[in-house]
Amino acid sequence: MAGPHHSPIAQFEITPIFSLDPVFGYNLSFTNSSLFMVLAVLSVWLFFSLAMRQRALVPGRWQSLAEVTYQFVDGIVEENIGHQGRRYFPYIFSLFLFVLAGNLLGMVPYSFTFTSHIMTTFALGALVFVGVTVVGIIHQGPVKFFAHFVPAGLPLWIVPVVFVIELISFLSRPFSLGIRLAANMMAGHTLLKVIAGFVVPLGIFGVAPMVFLVLLTGFEIFIAILQAYIFTLLSSMYLAEALHQEEH
Amino acid sequence: MEVVQAASDIESLKYIGMGLVSLGMLGAAIGVGLIFGNASQAIARNPGAEDKVRKIAILGAVFAEFMGLLAFVLGIMIGG
Repeated sequence: MAGPHHSPIAQFEITPIFSLDPVFGYNLSFTNSSLFMVLAVLSVWLFFSLAMRQRALVPGRWQSLAEVTYQFVDGIVEENIGHQGRRYFPYIFSLFLFVLAGNLLGMVPYSFTFTSHIMTTFALGALVFVGVTVVGIIHQGPVKFFAHFVPAGLPLWIVPVVFVIELISFLSRPFSLGIRLAANMMAGHTLLKVIAGFVVPLGIFGVAPMVFLVLLTGFEIFIAILQAYIFTLLSSMYLAEALHQEEH
Repeated sequence: MEVVQAASDIESLKYIGMGLVSLGMLGAAIGVGLIFGNASQAIARNPGAEDKVRKIAILGAVFAEFMGLLAFVLGIMIGG
């Protein structure tokens, strides 16, 4: 019962598949995390190339699934950024599909959820953050971009305080993006494992946690899709803020 | 002997801390309850605004839930 492999957080362990440990002083091993990232990209690629193979005017089942996915992200971008956001649509769409594929692959039993690691999700969040900052500075110019941190019409003495607070909330964005996704995935999968641990020891009464587990698995799949949506929504909201400053 | 005692004290305090961290769920629960309670009230009063209300409610629930998840991360950090 108490062995290391039965711990609810043992599923998040990263093990190298083939070791490339000291390459120029860095650990570049191909791990199970990397394997599932490759699988995520492959499954997205396979899904879209197979679903869009026929390009029928009246879509079939697979094609309409692909089109619905496209239109969903297109709706987020169009609603939050507007027409200016068309140029950034490919990036936001890839981000959504990568996170979604990672979350959903993690729901396959005995698989690995790479989005449950803060390292992975923080890297995604930091990419969004750096990209949004660069886009904002190029688009608005550095002065206007930083003027964004000070709302108009404030008394002069409060401006430094507000500037510091806004700067901190701006700098905390990649952390909150990353921690939100990773903590959600980690909490959900830990909960599933904890509930699963009740099923066999309870004998015949194990049916009750079993039923709960089935419901919870469905809920986790919903969370997987919701978190991918939230990640995309927040990224496009940040991008919208960098692109047009007049509204605030 | 005393060193062993101190070490086990620290160990048990760690578990107490992990338990206390679960109080963080309280705030997240209040937040999520307020959000969805008010969202359902808003939809009941103005069913036409359902789409807008739903988007804001999900966004708000995510922010509230995040605070609870921070407590979870803290618990994992204490335990690990």
